[in-house]
Amino acid sequence: MAAIATKPVTAPAARPRRRGSFPVWRWVIMLIAAVYFLLPLYAALRFAGLHAFGSVFTQAGFGSSLWLSVKLAAVTWAITMLLMVPTTVYVHLRLPGLRRLLETITILPIVIPPVVLIVGVLQVMPLALRSSVWLLAIEYVVLTMPFAYRALDAGLRSIDVKTLTEASGSLGAGWFTTLWRVLLPNMRTALLSSTILIVALVLGEFTMASLDLQQTFPVWIVLFDQENAQISVSASIFALVVTWLFLMLITVVATRQSRRSGGGEVTLFSAAPRETIGN
Amino acid sequence: MAVPEITGSETTANAPSSTSSAGTAWAGTADGAPEGTSVSLRSLVRAFGATRALDEMSLEIGPGELVALLGPSGCGKTTALRIVAGFEFADSGEVLIDGRDVSGVAANKRDMGMVFQSYSLFPNMNALDNVAFGLRMRKVATAGRRKRAAELLDMVGLAPQAAQFPHQLSGGQQQRVALARALAIEPRVLLLDEPLSALDAKVRLQLREQIRTLQQRLGTTTLFVTHDQEEALSMSDRVGVMRSGKLEQVATPDELYSRPATAFVAEFVGTMNRLPGDLGSGGATVTVIGATVPCQPGGPADGQVDALVRPENLTVTPSADGNGIVTVRTFLGAVTRLTVRLSGDTEVVVDVATTAAAEVTPGTAVQVGLPPAPVLVAARAG
Repeated sequence: MAAIATKPVTAPAARPRRRGSFPVWRWVIMLIAAVYFLLPLYAALRFAGLHAFGSVFTQAGFGSSLWLSVKLAAVTWAITMLLMVPTTVYVHLRLPGLRRLLETITILPIVIPPVVLIVGVLQVMPLALRSSVWLLAIEYVVLTMPFAYRALDAGLRSIDVKTLTEASGSLGAGWFTTLWRVLLPNMRTALLSSTILIVALVLGEFTMASLDLQQTFPVWIVLFDQENAQISVSASIFALVVTWLFLMLITVVATRQSRRSGGGEVTLFSAAPRETIGN
Repeated sequence: MAVPEITGSETTANAPSSTSSAGTAWAGTADGAPEGTSVSLRSLVRAFGATRALDEMSLEIGPGELVALLGPSGCGKTTALRIVAGFEFADSGEVLIDGRDVSGVAANKRDMGMVFQSYSLFPNMNALDNVAFGLRMRKVATAGRRKRAAELLDMVGLAPQAAQFPHQLSGGQQQRVALARALAIEPRVLLLDEPLSALDAKVRLQLREQIRTLQQRLGTTTLFVTHDQEEALSMSDRVGVMRSGKLEQVATPDELYSRPATAFVAEFVGTMNRLPGDLGSGGATVTVIGATVPCQPGGPADGQVDALVRPENLTVTPSADGNGIVTVRTFLGAVTRLTVRLSGDTEVVVDVATTAAAEVTPGTAVQVGLPPAPVLVAARAG
């Protein structure tokens, strides 16, 4: 029998890591973006000076205006979610043909000037609410609706709503149970995104609050600017940091919950995709 | 309902009940299995715009029976299943469960377990919680439902995967969990909506055997929708072939194959040759490739016709002055399929035992013959 020569099998050489795999032009773009965002902050910081930060918290109206903005953000969030989550789910399930129409309707608050929105809301509000601070929350619901709808719509498109709902129903779950136990936990990223958008919009909104004569945090900053510009700028930077910390807190909590159920990292507008095994 | 122990490797004999017949009779459950629930679909009509998805469809399913609805896309089989599940409502007609009309009952009150075509596990729950979900809806205490869910997972061979989330399971495993989830609630009727169509061939084969074994052991009345005839024939007690919203024939798999009621059933189930024939007087006989054979009743009495003959019902013999020439020879294991071009440019396929096919190679002149058994005759196709 002829001998069979065996050739030693050698492992393929590891491909050398390409140096500079992050091209120079990417660094340039990142640098330009960083300068664009950080330079104004740096300028504001220089103008205000660090000593001004210590005085911000003791200024008259600071605490009350910030607290009002936080309360408005919470109420706006609650009303928007109560309205938009069932509506979006219902449209996805039962009236998919109306999705385009709903998209068009929800874009109106972006193109209609705030003063027109305010007048519109005033027309339909009961008298008791017209002079209330909560009127602003109702106006904010209209303002945030386009962003909330888009975030929720994207979340629902990423899951098989129909099959999950039917599976839940066939196992005996009613509509509310299906929404609470099946759909909402799988819309975590969408809920997070819409929450972030609502909070960021409300904490930074000036025009409507000013027209409604309510002293929210942005209004207080502008008014206080006439009294002490340095402290006003410090308050703006403080507001930016607080908002950023708040958003980070939401993403950390959401990621922790996601990982507990086998999911990936939740970023502001997307969750890490779950890799599925084959057949 | 007790949970029998079944391992994933266990196989089943899929022989249909020999006592079943088309129409209303049904096969019983496996020995010792509890009696199931009867289901009646009566004159169901469902239209989507101008399209009639169901057109006076009626079907009786006996307790513990597994009936498959088989048909091409758009024939109405899924609509029928969804009406039984309560996800769709018929324009007219009734769905009776154990004689009670459930047409107006919501899906979550019907006590039906369903396995869907697409993976339907809840992504936010692990396998155990998925299986326990239906029990939770029935207010079963935590300890009880976890124990029951673990038993069900064990039954489908997935006990070690109890803590895994759907995205950590393969497609086949996900469908087994979905099956366990559907069975956990001890449904009156199990509904299977093409549960195997997204799986690869090997997993599909394993899972269909497992579904059939479980169904027989538990005695759960089951309605199974598929477009895969092999699945339908191998798993079901009876198969209903649907076309344009109507049931063309409901029969045991062997009857459906050997005695199809219509040309559509004959050609949809298995492979069928169409051979041009000449009807005898009154349509009682037909002359095909030189042989005169009796016609099955129900065919046309006059006009141009084709005889419908299965490949295994034709004979082929090498003959220098035969009526055809072998053009293709395909090895299929125990049988070899020969494609023969007959005079007049008609092509037929003939199945012969591989042991007898050695001498028949492409180019060989052969005599194709037809044994004197009754054949199905249909009006000649366009």
